[in-house]
Amino acid sequence: MADLTRLTATEIAAHVAAGEVSAVEVTRAHLDRIAAVDERVHAFLHVDADGALDAARTVDARRAAGEELGPLAGVPVAVKDVLTTRGVPTTAGSRILEGWRPPYDSTIVERLRAAGTVMLGKTNMDEFAMGSSTEYSAYGPTFNPWDLSRIPGGSGGGSAAALAAYEAPLAIGTDTGGSIRQPGAVTGTVGAKPTYGGTSRYGLVAFSSSLDTPGPCARTVLDAALLHAVMGGHDPRDSTSIPQPVPDVVAAARAGATGDLTGMRLGLVREFATEAGGEPGVTAAFRDAVDALTKLGAEVVEVSCPHFEYALPAYYLIAPSECSSNLARFDGVRFGLRAGDDGVRSLEEVMSLTRDVGFGAEVKRRIMVGTYALSSGYYDAYYGQAQKVRTLISRDFTAAFEQVDVLISPTTPFVAFPLGSRTADPYQMYLADLFTIPTNLYGGPAISVPCGLSEGLPVGLQVMAPTMADDRMYRVAAALESAVGTLTPPAL
Amino acid sequence: MAAISREEVAHLARLSRLAVTETELDTFAGQLDVILQAVARVGEVTAADIPPTSHSVPLTNVLRDDVVVPGLTPAEALSGAPDAEDNRFRVPRILDEEA
Repeated sequence: MADLTRLTATEIAAHVAAGEVSAVEVTRAHLDRIAAVDERVHAFLHVDADGALDAARTVDARRAAGEELGPLAGVPVAVKDVLTTRGVPTTAGSRILEGWRPPYDSTIVERLRAAGTVMLGKTNMDEFAMGSSTEYSAYGPTFNPWDLSRIPGGSGGGSAAALAAYEAPLAIGTDTGGSIRQPGAVTGTVGAKPTYGGTSRYGLVAFSSSLDTPGPCARTVLDAALLHAVMGGHDPRDSTSIPQPVPDVVAAARAGATGDLTGMRLGLVREFATEAGGEPGVTAAFRDAVDALTKLGAEVVEVSCPHFEYALPAYYLIAPSECSSNLARFDGVRFGLRAGDDGVRSLEEVMSLTRDVGFGAEVKRRIMVGTYALSSGYYDAYYGQAQKVRTLISRDFTAAFEQVDVLISPTTPFVAFPLGSRTADPYQMYLADLFTIPTNLYGGPAISVPCGLSEGLPVGLQVMAPTMADDRMYRVAAALESAVGTLTPPAL
Repeated sequence: MAAISREEVAHLARLSRLAVTETELDTFAGQLDVILQAVARVGEVTAADIPPTSHSVPLTNVLRDDVVVPGLTPAEALSGAPDAEDNRFRVPRILDEEA
């Protein structure tokens, strides 16, 4: 059989189900690949080889016993290190959680295990998912398999790089302002942010609770849909979980793969075209993709979303405000790091020292911005106004979806940039999420799918759909994939 | 909006329980200023009659039946603690000596 690491998740599952290859063989192939390339890519923070092989053996035993296996049984998956994994280190990319082994599984990991997928390990990420490049990981950056001198996107750069480096066929990400889609775009992979509330946040180390959304990462749209179907759905342990079934995203991806978009209306956001900072090569690749979608029968029209230009400022008030509250739990008392406990210093001093040593610069910046925005005298001017902008952006989406079925845009304004080129100016870094953030404020689903190259580097196209219409975005994404094909990175 | 001073950053750091160095005070003062100036734009479009949105899905109080279910054991709950004593989290002293 061909190199098992080059197969899609769909292909692996079919081979395992047919008994043509064992889950253990598939797992070993991926562990070998990780051993061969991850020193250069640094997609993983922790590889759980023993746990993965145990899970694979269980799948093989179930198959041998004649049990019917699920659609992803025996398929390896890499999990962003922000989801708790029982007994397996979970750090959220931060020193403050170094060595922490949670005593429980997040709902999503629980569902992955129940589905017979094989968890390879935990992937690198910007600390507490705050960043757009995976340069803010406390454990060192991840490198883009397309060009190891460039960023793999953030905050889920580890998950995306693991896919592009053929270290895993599937990965889990979380998307607060674009952290699944943006890494997907710059690594030439597929990343989907489901409808907020469509995937459980139970066991997710919280960054911004009203925005955080776990989602699937894969190399094909169908694989992403299969993973979405396994991980999604109502969770009574998450009070924001939507008590409805996940739309049939797998059927939608299969329907889209036929390449027929007759009758679909796609909207181009006028305001995105005028946003500064977009690279000409990205715009050109996007335009070619729009032409391809038109040839598949879709009608493309321009729509106006006048408040989208305020999404970035609103996001960078709401997310830090929620993070300043969520990260208060990291105080050196119940878990993780404790610094300066010499028997002389007070609890308050120990907390402050612990948080100083444990948090990186970007996390401290956001905690302080959030503290400022929520403080007396500034709340109305900052946080209160940002929440009103959120209303306006939701109204823009609602109005747009009365005219079109989905909105499309480039996923990012630029291709993967060189490491270190944007870290000096935090606000410049924030611009990487210009096109992805409005969706998080609105709560709807969005997906990034590869649409071409610029200067030899991947460009992503984003499809945004109404809330709980996740299937619609998969249909369009799969259709585009059928026209453009998947991208193959250079050999590592 | 007025520029963010070193003193304000020091105050925010105290509120946030973050011990920051003298050098960091200067760095953060400049960076927070840029960030806050940029995000202050949210005030340009928001009229008084626009309701705020805190969450994209309607929030409802979710309750489960009051039935005892297995939880973490004390050993599991304390497994990640920096320090523990007598089945409890041990914390640094809370009161000053003169208290």
